[in-house]
Amino acid sequence: MRAFGSRRAVRVLAPILFGLAVLALWQAAVVGLKILPFVLPSPIAIGNQFGLRAPFVLNAALITALNALLGLIIGTITAAIGAAIAASLRVLDEVSAPIVTAASVIPIVSLAPALYTMFGADQQTARVLIAALASFIPVYFNTLRGLRTVAPIHRDLMRSYAASRGQALRAVTLPGALPYFFTGVRIASSLAVISALIAEDFGGPIKGLGTAITTAVSSSNYPLAWAFVLGAIITGLVFYCATLLLETAATWHRASA
Amino acid sequence: MSPVLEGQAAVDIAGVGKVFPVRRGAGVTALEAVSLRVAAGEFVSLIGPSGCGKSTLMRLIADLDTPSSGAVTVFGKTARQARLDQDYGIAFQQAGLLPWRTVRENIELPLQLHGVGRAARRARASELIELVGLGDFGDKHPEQLSGGMQQRVAIARSLAESPRLLLMDEPFGALDEMTRERMQTELTRLRAETGAAVVFVTHSIPEAVYLSDRVVVMSPRPGRIVQILDMGLGAGGERTDALREDAHFFERVRDVREALHGDTAVSSQGKEAR
Repeated sequence: MRAFGSRRAVRVLAPILFGLAVLALWQAAVVGLKILPFVLPSPIAIGNQFGLRAPFVLNAALITALNALLGLIIGTITAAIGAAIAASLRVLDEVSAPIVTAASVIPIVSLAPALYTMFGADQQTARVLIAALASFIPVYFNTLRGLRTVAPIHRDLMRSYAASRGQALRAVTLPGALPYFFTGVRIASSLAVISALIAEDFGGPIKGLGTAITTAVSSSNYPLAWAFVLGAIITGLVFYCATLLLETAATWHRASA
Repeated sequence: MSPVLEGQAAVDIAGVGKVFPVRRGAGVTALEAVSLRVAAGEFVSLIGPSGCGKSTLMRLIADLDTPSSGAVTVFGKTARQARLDQDYGIAFQQAGLLPWRTVRENIELPLQLHGVGRAARRARASELIELVGLGDFGDKHPEQLSGGMQQRVAIARSLAESPRLLLMDEPFGALDEMTRERMQTELTRLRAETGAAVVFVTHSIPEAVYLSDRVVVMSPRPGRIVQILDMGLGAGGERTDALREDAHFFERVRDVREALHGDTAVSSQGKEAR
């Protein structure tokens, strides 16, 4: 019991200590090597700015996070529906596969300027759409794979029960695909935040983390720019952890088949 | 389910062959000219080396595959009709439980698919959980169970609809020897209680001898029946662990071994082993 407790403490403490060591080294390097702020500000300077401008950082983060969240939801829902259709209609899957594959290799954010023109540069719509497109790909591919992966023994069982297609879908295929779906959502969550943020650098309203970083840099306030970067990291982590929790909940009983 | 006609066979396999097509060439002959009758309530084991088609034969009875030639009749119907009528229960080497369902929900699965009401389902599942000795584990998930316990759940599931025919494809193959013997003893008891016919696929000679009324010895390439041996070791309910040390038991084990290996050289080895 004690050994277990201490091992857990080590598992939690070790990364924290390591992180602190990296920060200390960073601070020492900046001070000791006299690195100029526009090259690399010290963690203490960044922390100060983060503390001082917390409401601004939070405000910008919320705007970017809302775009990412809406995009993630829209992308996930369309991807799940698309995967369901592709899984049930083989023809449609074969016809659409090249387009979906092509969409998965283009950097979605590069569509940003075109989308701003389409939906108006004063609207957040284009950013939401970019996050949605970026989310769509991993959710679509993972869900499709999940729907296709039915253990042979479960297929045999369903046949031996003379189960209808709908029954087999509800009893085996859908629950079996759920973990794949949530893995897709977890991957998509990071992409949604990243693409919503990067899309801000291609135009649109001057709100959000992406524009805040650019603005801070152009006014030579480097520690502030890094404080916004810190805000972006935290936003990304919140998305990642939330979807990781969902995934864990969905795969709770999956250790053995 | 239709009433059992007097003397009607549980399974009637008449001149069955199975060829699996391959991309190039003539295909792989898994079974050739196999004929076998399993009486109602009879326990028949199929034994033979890998590739002798014993699992394929069981899958044909279950209508999970269709024969290339010949006919499989189950309770006087086509195998397909028997499957649609749910005349058999089936268990495989892997338990094949649905990991997101509890033990109880797994056992209820076939009942649920066939429209049995919630209360009746629950009652039947409780009964079966007791029957396979998993009293305290009804609300556990499969991952919380040992391999032997998972296999018991699978067997309970196969019994859910009180089938008159049980098809079992090496259900104890993945278990350790001790668990395996205990499960065998339980199976003889279950079989005596339910009166179901059993077609049991195995590659363990003692297992086949211990459980069966008759043992069907098969040989590979192409899969066919070499010999069918009567065990004559008494009714299922009378078979206890004491039988495993009985002289008759060892005799039958030797008989099956000799049939499996062909008589000549191996029969002397069989005697040495005694």
